[in-house]
Amino acid sequence: MVVHAEIRMVHRGGSKINFREPVITHDSRFLLCAAGESVNVYSTSTEEYVHDLQGHTDLVTGVVLNPSNHLQVYSCSADGTVRLWDFTDAILIKTFIIGYPIYSIYVSEKHGGVVFLVVPMANYKSSELFQLVAVHLPHSGDQEVEARELSAVLCDVSHHPGAASFGREGEYIAAVKGLQLEVFFFKKQKSYRFSLKSGMKKGAKNAFTCVSCHPKEDCIATGHEDGKIRMWRNFNQKKEYTYSTLHWHHGAVNTLCFTPEGTNLLSGGIESVLVHWHYTQENQKDFLPRLGAAITHIAVSPDGSLFCTSHSDNKITIIQSCVKVSAVIQGLVKGDGVWTNLIIDPRSKALVLNGKPGHLQFYSLHHDKQLYNLDIVQQEYIHEEGLDQFEVVKAAFDARGDWLATVEERRKKGAELEINLKLWAYDELTQSFVLNTTVTAPHEDRITAMFFSPSPETTMLVTTSLDGHFKAWLLADHSDANEGFWACDFVGGYHLLKPGCCSFSADGSLLSVGFQEVVTVWSPASWELLTTLSQPPGAIRDLCFGRLSCSKYLLGASTKNQLCCWNLLTCSLEWSTPMDVSLLQTDPLSENIAAFCSQSGSSDLFVFKPSEPRPLYSQKALCTGKVQHAVFAPRDQMLESCEERTQWLNRSQLYFLTQHMDLLTFSTKTEEDRLLASSKQLMVDDSVAVTPFYLLLGKHRGQQLEKQEALTNPMAERTQLPQGSIAIKELLHTPAHVLPSASFLCAMFVRSLLISSSSARFKSGLWLYHSRTLRLVSDMYCQLRDQIISN
Amino acid sequence: MASFKSTKIPIYPKLGEKVTPDTLYWKNYKAPVQIKEFGAVTSIDFSSLAPHNYAVTASTRIHIYGPFSTEPVKTFTRFKDTAYSGKFRSDGQLLVAGCEDSVVRLFDVSGKVALRVFKGHTKGVHVTDFTSDCYHILTGSDDYTCRLWDIPNSTELTSYKEHTDYIRCGTTSKLNRDIFITGSYDHTLRVFDARVEKSVMTMDHSQPVESVLLYPSEGLLVSAGGRYVKVWDLLKGGQPLVSLKNHHKTVTCLSLSSNGQRLLSASLDRHVKIYNTTNYKVVHNFDYAASILSLALAPDDESIVVGMTNGVLSIKHRKSPEEKREMVGKQRMQPVYRIFVKGRNYVPKKDDFLVSKPVKSHLAKYDKQLKKFNISKALDTALESWRRNRKPEITVAVMKELDRRGTLKNALAGRDEQNLSQLLNFLIGNVVDPRFTPVLVTATEMILDIYQAVVGQSSVVDRQLVRLQELVEREVDYQQDLLEVLGMLDTLFATSLPRKECFSVFDGTSSDFENP
Repeated sequence: MVVHAEIRMVHRGGSKINFREPVITHDSRFLLCAAGESVNVYSTSTEEYVHDLQGHTDLVTGVVLNPSNHLQVYSCSADGTVRLWDFTDAILIKTFIIGYPIYSIYVSEKHGGVVFLVVPMANYKSSELFQLVAVHLPHSGDQEVEARELSAVLCDVSHHPGAASFGREGEYIAAVKGLQLEVFFFKKQKSYRFSLKSGMKKGAKNAFTCVSCHPKEDCIATGHEDGKIRMWRNFNQKKEYTYSTLHWHHGAVNTLCFTPEGTNLLSGGIESVLVHWHYTQENQKDFLPRLGAAITHIAVSPDGSLFCTSHSDNKITIIQSCVKVSAVIQGLVKGDGVWTNLIIDPRSKALVLNGKPGHLQFYSLHHDKQLYNLDIVQQEYIHEEGLDQFEVVKAAFDARGDWLATVEERRKKGAELEINLKLWAYDELTQSFVLNTTVTAPHEDRITAMFFSPSPETTMLVTTSLDGHFKAWLLADHSDANEGFWACDFVGGYHLLKPGCCSFSADGSLLSVGFQEVVTVWSPASWELLTTLSQPPGAIRDLCFGRLSCSKYLLGASTKNQLCCWNLLTCSLEWSTPMDVSLLQTDPLSENIAAFCSQSGSSDLFVFKPSEPRPLYSQKALCTGKVQHAVFAPRDQMLESCEERTQWLNRSQLYFLTQHMDLLTFSTKTEEDRLLASSKQLMVDDSVAVTPFYLLLGKHRGQQLEKQEALTNPMAERTQLPQGSIAIKELLHTPAHVLPSASFLCAMFVRSLLISSSSARFKSGLWLYHSRTLRLVSDMYCQLRDQIISN
Repeated sequence: MASFKSTKIPIYPKLGEKVTPDTLYWKNYKAPVQIKEFGAVTSIDFSSLAPHNYAVTASTRIHIYGPFSTEPVKTFTRFKDTAYSGKFRSDGQLLVAGCEDSVVRLFDVSGKVALRVFKGHTKGVHVTDFTSDCYHILTGSDDYTCRLWDIPNSTELTSYKEHTDYIRCGTTSKLNRDIFITGSYDHTLRVFDARVEKSVMTMDHSQPVESVLLYPSEGLLVSAGGRYVKVWDLLKGGQPLVSLKNHHKTVTCLSLSSNGQRLLSASLDRHVKIYNTTNYKVVHNFDYAASILSLALAPDDESIVVGMTNGVLSIKHRKSPEEKREMVGKQRMQPVYRIFVKGRNYVPKKDDFLVSKPVKSHLAKYDKQLKKFNISKALDTALESWRRNRKPEITVAVMKELDRRGTLKNALAGRDEQNLSQLLNFLIGNVVDPRFTPVLVTATEMILDIYQAVVGQSSVVDRQLVRLQELVEREVDYQQDLLEVLGMLDTLFATSLPRKECFSVFDGTSSDFENP
């Protein structure tokens, strides 16, 4: 995708972390999960991102711990390689080239040096048939090793990673596909197949979805589409096998997992309830409800103390001993779709878009981390397929970020539309948005556009709807009550045409509303229709005003492949060009306007100024499919690039969301270099757990040390921490009963804190620092004395 | 693990009047005490002396009531004909009253027989009053004259014959002993000065004047006549200030509240209206059973006394603050020591480490059932009789929630006769309420679908179904009528709009018209 040397398109944010089962390391300190083309390592205690293992060139499809060395991990990818990593230091140890795209990986302690992979059948490379193969990983000193000796174990397996599992001590492997369970015994080199009837007549859906084998006993648990779990026993023969059925789930069982000792079985599905079956008393079960979204994978740490569940909303939950959620690792939620535009929260500069069902997510682009979810719908979400749920379809912030407006709607089949308009006020105290006004049924039909007026004097909201009206909402100042509420101020229409889009000018003095082919320009101060502009044929799809020096221009994109630019001073068409513009986006900090055009299945980008005939930047074939949403995010620091091609990226960065829900952005070379440099700086000592506190303090302390070194060079050796001094160590680490009397210790203790006469030049800051430690130490001394006295 | 989100009960805006400080103040009266008099109560006057007795003139007698008595403390019956306008002197010692037989009588409040009798009018005397120096009496009569009398000598001082019709109201200035005002059926108000031969000011009310009232500052004069209440500025030579038309029958009586901030007017249309005297907007309204002839407020607004044409005297006393507190105290239970008091007054010491207890969220009954997915039980709890009757919005919200979960049909099914009739009763009561209609119509359709097989098996249910049908038919007719009216209004609006603005413009308020 690299077209120009200096501007590159980069994936930003939100690789899928719920794609494959996560792995918890032996010491339960780290959690590894496949995330796009890399493997991410998170801390289990602080949910913080530690580092990633980069090297694969395609989607990572599986991560497993190396059974012979618990500090290493295997990962497989669709690029046809298996890689062995040291995950603590993020070092690639070895690369095994298989040559086929790999879909999942299984290992067992008994089969040392062998990995089992699911690859497409050799003959049908493109088809949907997969086989399970065993691969001997050759021992050799090279970094890259070719491992082409594949021996087929099972044919026709599912590529789904939960559809196969190793049994007790690796003696057999069980795989499910469709209505068949197949068990392969390695000793006998023989496989048994067990099939179920389709059972469609009775409403039962018997198809297998997942399998898990008991680690200590001969028992296989299988999950089914109708929510049943079957426990298979006595399956080492064809005839006399038995199974028992457990049923709690009402939807399909997505995943099953035995705890390492085999005492419990965990299952999860769309209900988003983690069910905890007791292996010996199967009618007893515990629940952990309301985990947020459908469970897709469950993993248990090797010592059985931590569970983690992946969810369909790109989230990993870490659960302590089956009762308490201890951490949540949340990626960018990519739900069923994004209906709100991409919006930048003016306060936190976070990207705001649809998150979990009924929520808005605030996603920090800078840290690639979800900040929080704002519950818009405020209703208990029912995890069931086929229900019509409320969805947030529109959201808008006012210029200062004090108000947030959201529209939620729910369309029942055959029944009328339910729409709610909600207005949220920013609360300084709680640092979040608080619901101020709810307007039920603000319009009689769908709301097509919603914007706040950018003018600083009035907070005004305009909504346009398919019912042929646009409404202006104002904050009614209620003098008696402490809080105002929003009320409708004006309803306008034009010949009963349906308004499709609206836009405020940069100073909020003009409002343009597109009524199909006609653009109307209104004055929000007096609600007077100032002028109408029309350029048939083709309804107006998108409208935007120029900014700064180009504020006299109004741009409109129509459905009939036309981009028009009107001059508002003369009320005439300035220029128009045949372009199928799907999206127009203005940069709030400059005159630039980005237009996304869809052409023959892919999208092109043009960045231009309305006053200049030549575009500043253009890129053909940006991505396949239409660009759905885009936004200019202001940068924290302005870039100082002088090159003409990259100047438009100086003030803000353009983010856009493709049809496949990838969040992409443009980055320049200078920016990448800077990022690389800063990431090196942030490398931390791994002897301390990486917590946000550590990062904060460690960095701060490092800076302080540096500063002191620079300032007082002769005193550099004196800046050790008080705890590090020998006298204190001696004091603190000697048992109380062998210590001499406190009065004796005191003198020694205080002397140890005195600064030698050579360093008479105190810096006042340093002095403060020492006086603080002195106080601290004297506290310690008091405690110590108490202890001694009590002895 | 998020906690369960309880069902959202929508808050509907309260219809009807808004709660303002005024409504709170004027509603703070006890239920009225009613006393039957012998005839229409034409005049009520409060004594300014401490117990604040009041004189009620009705038929041929004047009763004096104590502030809390229902029996008269004193009665004056020495009238040959209908008595009018019993008035206390400002020291509360003397009482003057006119009579239909043209004689004006002056009574000692403690005595029984008239102290003085003033004869000279030729027709009934409807107006009597003391001047501010307490030595003279003003009278106004149906013989078109108003006169001033000297009390010690019981002689007539002056007589003015300027009105050309009955004099039915009048008042004396409380600041100047020589000035008085009369209102007459000849539509005029006249201001007289006893030192001058003629009236000094004349104002035209353009209706027969029934009542006049001077503001305590005496800069403003209020007159009532016909359906109008008018306010005049005396300092600007009788310039009309405002004209209020809030009654739909003749206004008969005026009064000021104790602090002078509120003006009260009583009318034959059985209403008492209370105006704000700064902007002359109606802030409150009392309804009475019959046409009102007289109205008086006790000092400090302690009671409102109203006399009506059917001879009923209605007295409302203000609730005392103790009583109010008592009411609240009765409702609240005594705190149980073990639960509420124990440990509450414990003050943590300086070094104590405070462990805050997690706040347990309490779910409503129906939410508890919803949390467990017990949908039928959730609907049952929502349909409990008090909830159904007092707070139908809760029942409807639960139904809506069940509908959202796709389980409303299951919850409605499988009910016995009693349960079903309960449900139908609720629907009959609320289905036409515009707030609940969208939800309840779906529920009704579901019930009809489910129970159509059992129609005809129970007479109770059948009767209710027929009622429901009638109700829906009536509502449909009503909606059709409304739409017709809306169409008419639209044409009217369209014609009244200026021609050049061909686009449709409504302001925010008229948008309510669009969804009747």
